[in-house]
Amino acid sequence: MEHTVSAYDDDLKAIARLVTEIGGLAERAVGDSVAALTRLDLALAQRVIAGDKELDRLQHEIEEKAILVIARRQPMANDLREIVGAMRIANDIERVGDLAKNIAKRVVAINGVFPHKQLITGVEHLCEIALQQLKRVLDAYASQDDQAAGSVRQRDDEIDALYTSLFRELLTYMMEDPRNLTFCIHLLFCAKNIERIGDHATNIAESVHYMVTGRSYEEERPKADASIASTIAGS
Amino acid sequence: MSAVQVATTFETVRTPDPASRPVKIHAAKVKVTYGQKEALHGVSIDIPEKAVTAFIGPSGCGKSTFLRCINRMNDTIAGARVEGTIKLDERDIYDPDLDVVELRARVGMVFQKPNPFPKSIFDNVAYGPRIHGLARSKADLEEIVVTSLQKASLFNEVKDRLNEPGTGLSGGQQQRLCIARAIAVSPEVILMDEPCSALDPIATAKVEELIDELRANFTIVIVTHSMQQAARVSQRTAFFHLGHLIEEGPTDHLFTNPLEQRTQDYITGRFG
Ligand SMILES: Nc1ncnc2c1ncn2[C@@H]1O[C@H](COP(=O)(O)OP(=O)(O)OP(=O)(O)O)[C@@H](O)[C@H]1O
Ligand SMILES: [Mg+2]
Repeated sequence: MEHTVSAYDDDLKAIARLVTEIGGLAERAVGDSVAALTRLDLALAQRVIAGDKELDRLQHEIEEKAILVIARRQPMANDLREIVGAMRIANDIERVGDLAKNIAKRVVAINGVFPHKQLITGVEHLCEIALQQLKRVLDAYASQDDQAAGSVRQRDDEIDALYTSLFRELLTYMMEDPRNLTFCIHLLFCAKNIERIGDHATNIAESVHYMVTGRSYEEERPKADASIASTIAGS
Repeated sequence: MSAVQVATTFETVRTPDPASRPVKIHAAKVKVTYGQKEALHGVSIDIPEKAVTAFIGPSGCGKSTFLRCINRMNDTIAGARVEGTIKLDERDIYDPDLDVVELRARVGMVFQKPNPFPKSIFDNVAYGPRIHGLARSKADLEEIVVTSLQKASLFNEVKDRLNEPGTGLSGGQQQRLCIARAIAVSPEVILMDEPCSALDPIATAKVEELIDELRANFTIVIVTHSMQQAARVSQRTAFFHLGHLIEEGPTDHLFTNPLEQRTQDYITGRFG
């Protein structure tokens, strides 16, 4: 049902539209940053770095609009959850943008040194899954689909497991030949960034769950097998 | 938030308190009819002791009607008929043997419009204790008046003019005077029907602050049209609609995650 005061509906819709917009930008930034990495495309990396400003701006705009709605209309119940959720989600998305920007900066730092193609394939694969997660959770937000959000949250394990095995692989290369170190460390941080993007997707799933149901997931987020490697890698 | 009961159309949806409180007022299947018109269609609710319970709902839904049942003010309205049970501390207040004057001393009321008597500030507060014979001496009475004014956070503003008429105070002060008058007879329950609707935000804040202090010693039921006020001052909230009690539960829960669609529509401003 619509609000008696229709401008209230307009305010809420405007915020939701901005969240979708910033989400789309973040998705693209992540995809572009990893494409820049695989192709060592410096121009693309620079575009990702420059594009981060827009994400920051949008996040501020969402926050300001949300604060105004709270001040002006004292939202209650689902409206309140919607606004709080939008603020949280915009925050997570802004962080995703920062992580993409960090990957792009590393592309610039790697600057053409490119010893092992298959290592990049691993990062690419990790990124594919993280991007799917991000896309699905943003769709879940747009359609306020609690179930879809729940399945995103379930799948975070997969990213963690992939990251852990990639970490081991990179470790092996670094031990084999110290000349791989710089490159591998950059790749490792890129992989870590992507893993964290997955975590933000999970956070967003939790926000969607809260918005839709008014509850938060009681149990701890499902965590992958805590091998020593994943403990070190995750810390 | 366990044992949540979700029910169909005319059954109240209830969420119990996380930690249960003793029940002060127990109402069961209360119906009120004005002439031919049934205004309340069977309301059941337990009101906890030493806590603030807020009644909310659109105009005409029966909040004041139900409130007036609790101290039998409906008895004074010609054509009003009350059915069902209301118990105060397990005692049926509609028991024919019950002394209504004594009941109204135990269950005080504060109205929407401040209504001080056309008497001095002192006499406004002293009125109740006098007719109920609560003061043994003049000094006793003075003490009751002073402490009541203090509890109502009004004493400092009026201590130099206790003999001036109560009607000469500002609206906010008058309302606090009426609260002082209500608490002067040491009631157990205070019913407030939109006590802040005629007050400015500062006076409202003072009354809300006062309500928050009073709940340590009194059971308070407040009717309010301000959702924010209900959210601020009460521990439990009951939502009425068209003579039915739709939903009642802990205030924090009701305003963030109501279970009934009608509650949600009302508190979010999506009604009619
Ligand atoms: N003295 C009366 N005589 C006849 N009908 C009455 C009387 N008092 C209330 N009613 C009717 O009973 C219904 C409930 O009224 P009540 O005053 O309890 O509503 P309310 O929820 O307090 O509304 P408001 O928020 O406007 O004060 C309304 O339909 C009203 O017209
Ligand atoms: Mg009323």
